[in-house]
Amino acid sequence: MCGAIKGGPSLEGVDVANQAVIQGIVTRDDEPVGNAYVRLLDAGGEFTAEVPTSATGQFRFFAAPGSWTLRTLAPRAEVVERKVVAQKGSVAEVAVAV
Amino acid sequence: MSRETALVTADWVEEHLNDPKVVLVEVDEDTEAYDKGHIPGAIKLDWKKDLQDGVRHDFVSKDRLEALLSEKGIANDDTIVFYGGNNNWFAAYAYWYLKYYGHQNLRLLDGGRKKWELESRELTTDVPSREATTYTAQEPNADIRAFRDEVVEAIGTKNLIDVRSPDEYAGRLLAPAHLPQEAAQIGGHIPTAGNVPWSKAANEDGTFKSDEELAQLYSEAGLDENKDTIAYCRIGERSSHTWFVLHEILGYPNVKNYDGSWSEYGSLRGVPVAVGDQPGQA
Repeated sequence: MCGAIKGGPSLEGVDVANQAVIQGIVTRDDEPVGNAYVRLLDAGGEFTAEVPTSATGQFRFFAAPGSWTLRTLAPRAEVVERKVVAQKGSVAEVAVAV
Repeated sequence: MSRETALVTADWVEEHLNDPKVVLVEVDEDTEAYDKGHIPGAIKLDWKKDLQDGVRHDFVSKDRLEALLSEKGIANDDTIVFYGGNNNWFAAYAYWYLKYYGHQNLRLLDGGRKKWELESRELTTDVPSREATTYTAQEPNADIRAFRDEVVEAIGTKNLIDVRSPDEYAGRLLAPAHLPQEAAQIGGHIPTAGNVPWSKAANEDGTFKSDEELAQLYSEAGLDENKDTIAYCRIGERSSHTWFVLHEILGYPNVKNYDGSWSEYGSLRGVPVAVGDQPGQA
């Protein structure tokens, strides 16, 4: 695979109007990381959910509106944290470079 | 039961990769994770296709389990080591389910797929073939499974532990944040239930916390060791993980998993419900 595609997975079939979507892609040197783990922490820092990235490095959460933190773990990499705000009816895209 | 009888390490698994009496079984929420690569020799169980009845809102019967394990080449005297993603969430469900049907030698790989993967241990896409067996399951062990009537009676008398995330407990979300929000008719929790999100039992690398940390975690949420305990979540998988912690690691004697969980309870007529961050009154 040469170079990462931009943004999270396709939203085809997702009822975005009724969801607060957080999604994105994990890359290393601009290549997708397909074996990373993305953890979703709530505003108080509590773990809420975790997903493995897809083969194309992508991930998605259906969150509640509010402030969240993404914590990304990948083999042979430091943990990366990103703050993100989710809103109902919109998609928050997050790019994570490890 | 104890940590020593319920868990194995990644090193132990590597040492037993060629042991014919040890069967590695991957069970993931993401049922395609196995196909991307798995521990050498591991077979796959699909928690939905293989373990759910498909017609009744229930898991497969004893007969179908026997046919499934026979076809997969698992024998009654094999040691089954389950592992999976998300801190062994669905692997713990499979463990509980096999325990319900009386399999003797069961283990979880501590840390599951995540720890294995983050440590860059070997994964393969080769699918092993195991010779079919004639597997015989035992009668269901009612001591580790709770149904709704027992749960309603437990309000105010037994330990009820809701292991969902705080937002699901309070009724602000109906399902985990990485799944579309569809589930019970209403949000909230069973009155008097304490909230200990299942994931608090695991370290960030997916391994279980120490016995001391685990015991403190549940006692702080009000769990009384002298009372029986029922754990629940939304569909019974995350609460299998907590059942595993309480019953298999800490060795508490009377712990049941209410696998109907909130998707059932939150759709019932005639039962009390609490909303918000407090347990509520009986």
